[in-house]
Amino acid sequence: MDISFTDVSHIYQQNSPFEYHALKDLSFSIPSGKFVAIVGHTGSGKSTLIQHLNGLLRPTKGTIEIGDYRLIAGEKPKEIKGLRKKVGVVFQYPEHQLFEETIAKDIAFGPKNFGATDEEIAERIPEVMRAVNLSETLLERSPFDLSGGQMRRVAIAGVLAMNPEVLVLDEPTAGLDPKGQQEIMDMFYQLHHDKGLTTILVTHSMEDALKYAEHVIILEGGRKHLEGDVGEVFTQKQTLKEVQLDVPEVIQFLMDLDERMGIRIPYEKQTIDVLSNQIKQHLKARR
Amino acid sequence: MASSLIIGQYVPEESVVHKLDPRTKIVMIFAFVIFVFFANNGWSYLWLTAFSIGAALSTKIKLRYIARGLKPVWFLIVFTFLLHLFVTREGDVLFDIIGFPIYTGALIQGVQISMRFFLLILVTSMLTLTTTPIEITDAIETLLHPLKKVKFPVHELALMMSISLRFIPTLMQETEKISKAQASRGVDFRTGPLKERIQAVVPLLVPLFVSAFKRAEELAMAMEARGYKGGEGRSKLRELEVRARDYLAVVVFILMIVGLFLLRDM
Repeated sequence: MDISFTDVSHIYQQNSPFEYHALKDLSFSIPSGKFVAIVGHTGSGKSTLIQHLNGLLRPTKGTIEIGDYRLIAGEKPKEIKGLRKKVGVVFQYPEHQLFEETIAKDIAFGPKNFGATDEEIAERIPEVMRAVNLSETLLERSPFDLSGGQMRRVAIAGVLAMNPEVLVLDEPTAGLDPKGQQEIMDMFYQLHHDKGLTTILVTHSMEDALKYAEHVIILEGGRKHLEGDVGEVFTQKQTLKEVQLDVPEVIQFLMDLDERMGIRIPYEKQTIDVLSNQIKQHLKARR
Repeated sequence: MASSLIIGQYVPEESVVHKLDPRTKIVMIFAFVIFVFFANNGWSYLWLTAFSIGAALSTKIKLRYIARGLKPVWFLIVFTFLLHLFVTREGDVLFDIIGFPIYTGALIQGVQISMRFFLLILVTSMLTLTTTPIEITDAIETLLHPLKKVKFPVHELALMMSISLRFIPTLMQETEKISKAQASRGVDFRTGPLKERIQAVVPLLVPLFVSAFKRAEELAMAMEARGYKGGEGRSKLRELEVRARDYLAVVVFILMIVGLFLLRDM
């Protein structure tokens, strides 16, 4: 589903001493099927932004279009449930949302609310368990018996079971060990491709944004600071410095390589192996 | 919405009322709550109202904000007024409203009770508006200190209070977070038949309890790790201090009470 924001502002607790402008005249559009990263510091408005994507928050000003759904400031949206069915949100620490007696029941909770039949649910459960790499033998266990990482996978499976077209991920790897982080991100990347999802990843990790996303939006103080394709955005060292963000390591390395040794290799999402080969070629050519 | 109710909320401002010793505020407000019931005629109510509004003005918090925050309470006040108006049968019949006789006594009582109600809520909400929860518990601990002689667990009570106050915002945040997560999974907390809405609370309460217990355990562990062993011999970071402005406030307050008793006899 195409997503577009037009001059969207959001103010918390308007007309009170606690009034807070979380988003200011934000405009951007995300074409269907893209993998987009939203990067910014704490307090830059990331969380506020994603809560607009399934109508948990409504804009104080401006218009949001998500597929056929429209959220317009000051208007009560119709069919909000339909929107929430199509936009699956994996919140930060999603394992906190588990509550059922068994894992199977917890996964079935979302789809059931959106009116899926028992047969459909029975079909989807093994599918999503496979997607999150959990054994089906766990299905009748209590989710509270699992380890933290496994609980998170169950919670993610619960969102995937809703069969969303748009997947919103709010720092999905926070608090996991490095291996778990990589596994979870690779899993989302796989799902994105297999199911043709539109994926929106909120993160403060420049590395993750670089590795998985095609398009990047950088937020600062509720405004859009920078937007563009990954390669474009992450090479603008100066503009990133303005908001205390660093260029990802690989790009920094390529920049240093160019500066010190005069070797210019464009960044096109090479793996480390490919990149080392390219460097080898360059060095050989020199000799 | 929860955010529109200001009772229990602290609004930081630089005012005399904020700087008063919390004990002074608690004692004065407690006394005010008692003296409200001594008002017996229009002048005395006007006097108390003028005092409360004056006090509210001196907190530097916008009156409009306070009034709007008390909106949910206005309903109760109006309801009490109407209830007394229609139920009480004293004095002469004043007029009829669609067959209901309205008595003079009812009108007077309705106004009095709802005025009391209003004054009580306005003044008591000023305590939490101008005093941080920590200050309030500190004040309660020192005020209740004499009870230690009869083995009343004053320190433990104050600790329990400050812990629960400390965790109210955390639990509120947690509730909001989880309800948003469940709403994203298709739970509808706002519409639908009552039975369904009650059922919708389960996916909210279970995770909330789970995390509350986890938090309690972690807190207990952290306290032990830092050598907490009860109130015995424990010193304080912020000692409460009675200053000149506290004496001044008490004098003003006593003058107000004297004025109240003079007006009572008018």
